[in-house]
Amino acid sequence: MTDLGPSQAATTHWRGDQPVHGRGETVCVIGAGASGLVAVKNLREQGFAVDCFERETGVGGAWNWRHTRSPVYGSTHLISSKSVTQFPDFPMPDSWPDYPHHSRLLQYLERYADHFGLREHVWFGTEVTRVEPAEGGYWDVTTRGGRGALDRTQRYAAVVVATGHNWSPKMPEYEGLADYRGEVIHASAYKDAAQLRGRKVLVVGGGNTGCDLAVEAAQQATMCWHSTRRGYWYAPKYVYGRPADQVNDLARALRLPLRLRQWLFHRVLRRTVGDLTRFGLRKPDHRIYETHPIVNSQLVYYIGHGGIVPVGDLARFERHSVELATGELIEPDLVVLATGYQPRFDFLAPQLLGAQADGRPRLYMHAFARPYPTLFVAGMLQPDSGLLPLVHWQTVAMARWLRLRESAPQRAAQLWTSLVGGPDRRWTKAAVKDSTRHWFEIDHVLYLRALQKTLKALEPAA
Amino acid sequence: MSTRILRPLEWAYPPRPVRREVRYARPDTDGSRPPVLFVPGFGHGAWIFTEHWLEHTAGRGFPAYALSLRGHGKSGSAPRTTLRSYAHDVVQVAASLPRQAVLVGHGAGALVVARALARYPARAAVLVAPVLGGVRMAFSVLAGNPAGTLPALFGAGLRPSRRQLFSRELPIRVGRGYASRLGRASTLAQWQLLAPGRLEDPVGNPPVLVVGSPQDRIVPLVALNRAARQYGGAPLLFPGMGHDLMLDARWPEPIDAILDWLDKG
Ligand SMILES: Cc1cc2nc3c(=O)[nH]c(=O)nc-3n(C[C@H](O)[C@H](O)[C@H](O)COP(=O)(O)OP(=O)(O)OC[C@H]3O[C@@H](n4cnc5c(N)ncnc54)[C@H](O)[C@@H]3O)c2cc1C
Ligand SMILES: NC(=O)c1ccc[n+]([C@@H]2O[C@H](COP(=O)([O-])OP(=O)(O)OC[C@H]3O[C@@H](n4cnc5c(N)ncnc54)[C@H](OP(=O)(O)O)[C@@H]3O)[C@@H](O)[C@H]2O)c1
Repeated sequence: MTDLGPSQAATTHWRGDQPVHGRGETVCVIGAGASGLVAVKNLREQGFAVDCFERETGVGGAWNWRHTRSPVYGSTHLISSKSVTQFPDFPMPDSWPDYPHHSRLLQYLERYADHFGLREHVWFGTEVTRVEPAEGGYWDVTTRGGRGALDRTQRYAAVVVATGHNWSPKMPEYEGLADYRGEVIHASAYKDAAQLRGRKVLVVGGGNTGCDLAVEAAQQATMCWHSTRRGYWYAPKYVYGRPADQVNDLARALRLPLRLRQWLFHRVLRRTVGDLTRFGLRKPDHRIYETHPIVNSQLVYYIGHGGIVPVGDLARFERHSVELATGELIEPDLVVLATGYQPRFDFLAPQLLGAQADGRPRLYMHAFARPYPTLFVAGMLQPDSGLLPLVHWQTVAMARWLRLRESAPQRAAQLWTSLVGGPDRRWTKAAVKDSTRHWFEIDHVLYLRALQKTLKALEPAA
Repeated sequence: MSTRILRPLEWAYPPRPVRREVRYARPDTDGSRPPVLFVPGFGHGAWIFTEHWLEHTAGRGFPAYALSLRGHGKSGSAPRTTLRSYAHDVVQVAASLPRQAVLVGHGAGALVVARALARYPARAAVLVAPVLGGVRMAFSVLAGNPAGTLPALFGAGLRPSRRQLFSRELPIRVGRGYASRLGRASTLAQWQLLAPGRLEDPVGNPPVLVVGSPQDRIVPLVALNRAARQYGGAPLLFPGMGHDLMLDARWPEPIDAILDWLDKG
């Protein structure tokens, strides 16, 4: 662990009657999942001292599938292929398959932490309970846990929030749900196929979780209904014998415009998977990329086997049955709500992240808090590719930004105004469907292109 | 400090995996010294380092590794390989090591390392008798050894002569033995040496040391100076040695200097 340096240990500030230990120019990173780890590494690489707080006892965040707060279930395999998922400066081994199992992701993040010596900067079992602005752009960070178990407040030069946005369940409301006698769980509580065996299961939600779970139920349960409130495009994992996202990136390398890519992808899907209404699925009410991409080669296959019965939206729950919007009654033993997750930052006043009543954070590039040049959120993105490369470059930009702020404050201030001054923009050209799940939907190429520009602007003057 | 972050073609076409030969020597005690990964140049394999340098490096407390680029040594064959796949081999091995590694590239292996530095934040890098390519270098090599170089323009392997590789101090028989073990790089990669393109900047800002001999008949002093200047320094010179410093008679001097430099940093 980094010790308090002698000069820093001496500085104690006060917030009311509470002492605040000054940590000098040290940067605080909250969370040691993929996003937190890469933030620690890239800040260290730029020469910053870093304290990282992690409430669990290990690194890896979501990929610790046994953790109660992990959204990952036993059978999860990546949906983004290796080459677009790995950190750009730390590749996954060539011997791994295109779409590794979740246990390998954890192994990968643990190796990343060891390789770059990151663990010594992480305080495990320590939860951040409060982050408040202090004068001069500094932040007072209150933590709980660790051995002393007393709350402790320390002052940092900057804070990178990397607490993930896929762990707090988004619960839908239904009439009659409270009196329903069957079991109802959110997908976050689903871990293992044993939970499905011998039961009649209703899966609600057509995101990647819902589709994975429907397939798993087709394999394990006695019966599976899959309820979605719209029709979707189901992209296979492979097209032309190559990972679908790599083919997509080839189209990006060729700079094909969105409309053409949509047309091409529709055509490929129509020619290979065919007309899904024949299977009882609804026609998509949108073009591909207008909802977060679903990557699942097996869903349609299991509908073909009769293992999955696709149904529409739910109307209400009765004591022993569920009524569909069509009026039909079904009687599942288990209802799994795969309705997604919502961002949650209990330790921060919502307005610090520009959030209004709807709770949606509004940041420049989903990462930079406009009024606070020393407050960042890393990894709050929903990309059409792997997340890790995007967070890598986000955190490189944060580190370089902090450096520039220190070495050339005037230039930094000008740059900040020009960067964050503009109106909110969406980082995708697709007309994405209005749903809370698309708050952070981005097109990885557009987003990286913007980051590339930002990094260029952050280069120290020659 | 230009950073390239959009690489859709590389994402779409990751290099094909091949079997890779990695040799290693571990120090007796587990210290805090970083692992050192040696990268041989064209035609050479990991064996050039297992002769002396690998054990010597481990003896000084550094976990030492050497790999053979694809198509070389005991690594899998790869006839259509380009520099990108060679650099990929280096990054793959570096990332598989338990801790952030030092990369040491020799000959054209230094060019491979220089490219790998843009894709992996090495702790430090050493370019030994670096063949960084370019037309100027091609001409000087051609002039020094037309018979071994000209045929390469038509797809044959580059054939450096024993006199280019070793000093007179190395017994002729030993030198012949080494020279007979040389293989070749792919034709595409050899062609790339002529026009290797602009090097991307290293990531993570590692210190870079250039090492060589003023009597190297493949990499002349001007080329050593140029390479060192590119990384903001001066070359460390070992007069009287040939191009293959790790096999030549006075092999301990350069490796000791390299390890001293690492110990200091
Ligand atoms: C089922 C599933 C499959 C996925 N598949 C892919 C995929 O194929 N490809 C891909 O790129 N992405 C995928 N993702 C997205 C995945 O979330 C990211 O890849 C990545 O794991 C996000 O990492 P993170 O660090 O941002 O968040 P997390 O992994 O959630 O880590 C956040 C960390 O912060 C800690 N923390 C939270 N609050 C506090 C606090 N107050 N104090 C201290 N510590 C705190 C948590 O304990 C946790 O360790 C998938 C997600 C799910 C749910
Ligand atoms: N194998 C994998 O790698 C894998 C697996 C699972 C998840 N993931 C990733 O994890 C993230 C979260 O995925 P997720 O599937 O859990 O969540 P999600 O993408 O937010 O999907 C939620 C689904 O539930 C539906 N829904 C939400 N609220 C509803 C309501 N009130 N009534 C009816 N339906 C409702 C949504 O429909 P609308 O479209 O109409 O909003 C959507 O179909 C995504 O980034 C995903 O890619 C990856």
